[in-house]
Amino acid sequence: MRKGHTFEESAAYEEAKARWEAEYSRQMGDETPRSNRSGIPIKPLYGPDDLNGGLNQDSYMNSLGFPGDGPTTRGIHASMHRGRPWSPRLVVGLDLPEDYNARMRALYDIGLTGLYVAPCNSHMRGFDPDEVEPELLGHCGTVIASAEDMRVCLDGLPIDKYSTSLGCSAPYTLSAFLFAVAKRRGIAWNKLAGTTNQSDYLSHHTALHMFFRIALPGQRQLLLDHIEWMQREAPRWNALSVVGQHMQQAGATPAEAMGLTISSAIQYADDLVARGHDPDAFLPRFSFFFDISISFFEEVAKFRAGRRLWQRITSERFGAKDPRSQRFRFHGQTSGVDLTRQQPFNNIGRVAVQAMAGIFGGLQSLHTDAYDEALGSPTANAAQVAVATQNILRDEAHLDDVIDPLGGSYYVEKLTDQMEAEIEAVIKKIDAAGGMYRATESGLVQNMIGQSALDWQAKIDSGKQVIVGVNAHVMDDTPSDRPATRERLDPGRVEAYLARFESYKRDRDQGAVQHALDGLARACNSTDENTYGHVIKCALAGVTHGEICHRVRDELGVGQPLVVA
Amino acid sequence: MNAADLDSTQQHPPKILLTKIGMDGHDRGSRLVAAFLRDGGMEVVYTGPWQKITDVVNLAIQEDVDLIGISSLATDHLILPKLMDALRDAGLGHVSVVVGGIVPDCDLALLSDAGVAHVFHPGAARDDIVARVSQLVQKTRAAGLAEMGGGHA
Repeated sequence: MRKGHTFEESAAYEEAKARWEAEYSRQMGDETPRSNRSGIPIKPLYGPDDLNGGLNQDSYMNSLGFPGDGPTTRGIHASMHRGRPWSPRLVVGLDLPEDYNARMRALYDIGLTGLYVAPCNSHMRGFDPDEVEPELLGHCGTVIASAEDMRVCLDGLPIDKYSTSLGCSAPYTLSAFLFAVAKRRGIAWNKLAGTTNQSDYLSHHTALHMFFRIALPGQRQLLLDHIEWMQREAPRWNALSVVGQHMQQAGATPAEAMGLTISSAIQYADDLVARGHDPDAFLPRFSFFFDISISFFEEVAKFRAGRRLWQRITSERFGAKDPRSQRFRFHGQTSGVDLTRQQPFNNIGRVAVQAMAGIFGGLQSLHTDAYDEALGSPTANAAQVAVATQNILRDEAHLDDVIDPLGGSYYVEKLTDQMEAEIEAVIKKIDAAGGMYRATESGLVQNMIGQSALDWQAKIDSGKQVIVGVNAHVMDDTPSDRPATRERLDPGRVEAYLARFESYKRDRDQGAVQHALDGLARACNSTDENTYGHVIKCALAGVTHGEICHRVRDELGVGQPLVVA
Repeated sequence: MNAADLDSTQQHPPKILLTKIGMDGHDRGSRLVAAFLRDGGMEVVYTGPWQKITDVVNLAIQEDVDLIGISSLATDHLILPKLMDALRDAGLGHVSVVVGGIVPDCDLALLSDAGVAHVFHPGAARDDIVARVSQLVQKTRAAGLAEMGGGHA
């Protein structure tokens, strides 16, 4: 058998192939070429000729390997979803802390196993709730401004049993509030598992202007301090989640989003190495967070290619020896951009396909969007359907039966190779620009993402990309056909919350508050004091989110978005 | 007012202020719409997110815009009534204001009662956006002229 081919050269094979090609062309005539979102041309049929290096045991070991071993293309754990089912994790954030608690308890009852706390926009902007327009409180996330609010959010929820993911950006007060709650409950910090899910500041500076931002040098200092503190005090905590989701939602193609995310991870790893850390000490806690679009095979290939690349980069570029350092652990979130306001129940079908792409892509935890997300913040019913979708895919459709079930498909393997090449090209481009930090400073990344958003929109405008209900199969748009959106938070309840917040601030030990804030300011200006230890001290002393953010902002400066339009 | 004057005012392209107020920062939509309008021959003054209402009013005065587009993806539309009041107080009551993004049905009355001229929902087509905006610009200019005329009388 010739190396690189699955079988002997066969006259019958070549003949049959030529016959099919002729017949295909006869039936199709002049066909418009097809390509996926990342610009890769899509052929009508894939076969043995498309396999890179053919199919033999050597090439298999080089490019695929067994799950949890070698290039990890097929998965990061030996048992994958059979032994380690993905965690159904829903981004939940609404109203006031007690409302969050009620919604979470209800979702736990129907099978949610991962906790996610999404804070209100006021939190994301670095303000206390009493500093913003009260009309805007609690709509897109829960109002959380202190350790006391976090205590109410998590009341009765098993934070020592399930992992907790926090929509928490620098200076990472949500994590500090959670740690304060754990201390009060008597749970040791080294028992806590979870993720600071918005710690990737590069993704915020390039693609998501949701979060209040410190200027880039300060962001860098805060993140590295956060990682170091967690490594020491809470080794099960993922201080860094590198986020591709924001970039893809902002318009990056799937290949660009994966490439930029890996480039960010390289930047963070370089920064930690520069601080004198051994890659095998910090890489095992790196985690990733991606968007899953409805471009099904492209997404599966994106995840397989990303996993293979990360394994290679950690081992070859960073010299990591520990297999845990090479694992590409990721959370996936179904894409909101793909959802439509028109005929909103169609979104249930879209989310199921997106979720399948993530599952076959080998994710570790999954957020499924609610069908009403293009209408407003999800209702309780829509959130339940989103969780049920995951239960159906796992328990009725048995998508967890086989590890990497699409592996070995001629198309999926070819596409994985092609996506890998596209992703590597993006990484090279960022390397050439001096790394992700510099490419963010210069606006290179922002421009790339903006251009891809325009290209995508042009496809929709021209009808080349069909969106059912929007530019094809359009039906009358009748408001009464749409599901009702959630009722707005009662202003009276907001007022009561604000009164509670004021008395919380009044009743604190003011001396301890000042002392903690002064310590934080000192650490911001020092090279040998860890800032995050002081954020934790602030949380324990009852300092509020806004107070911490203002002090950090005063010391380290603000990062204004680079406006590219 | 004669036809020649009207022609000269219509000759300079529509000037649009595209901005975001409140706390959200999602800007994919506003960047796209900025490109649509520029391609449609309009002049676009584009700002980053998180503008204060007073900043929007001042910018609208300085730049003498015909229309203000507010992008809202995360409930910032709820403070639109405050913006509309501030614009009226500043004598810009004739400037059309449109909103694009996610506005639940239950909030539509709030916006129209406040005087918002149009809401573009997700999926709004490029051509419809450009056509509607230019139509509203004509209306703004006509109203502005009427106001000026009234002032002379």
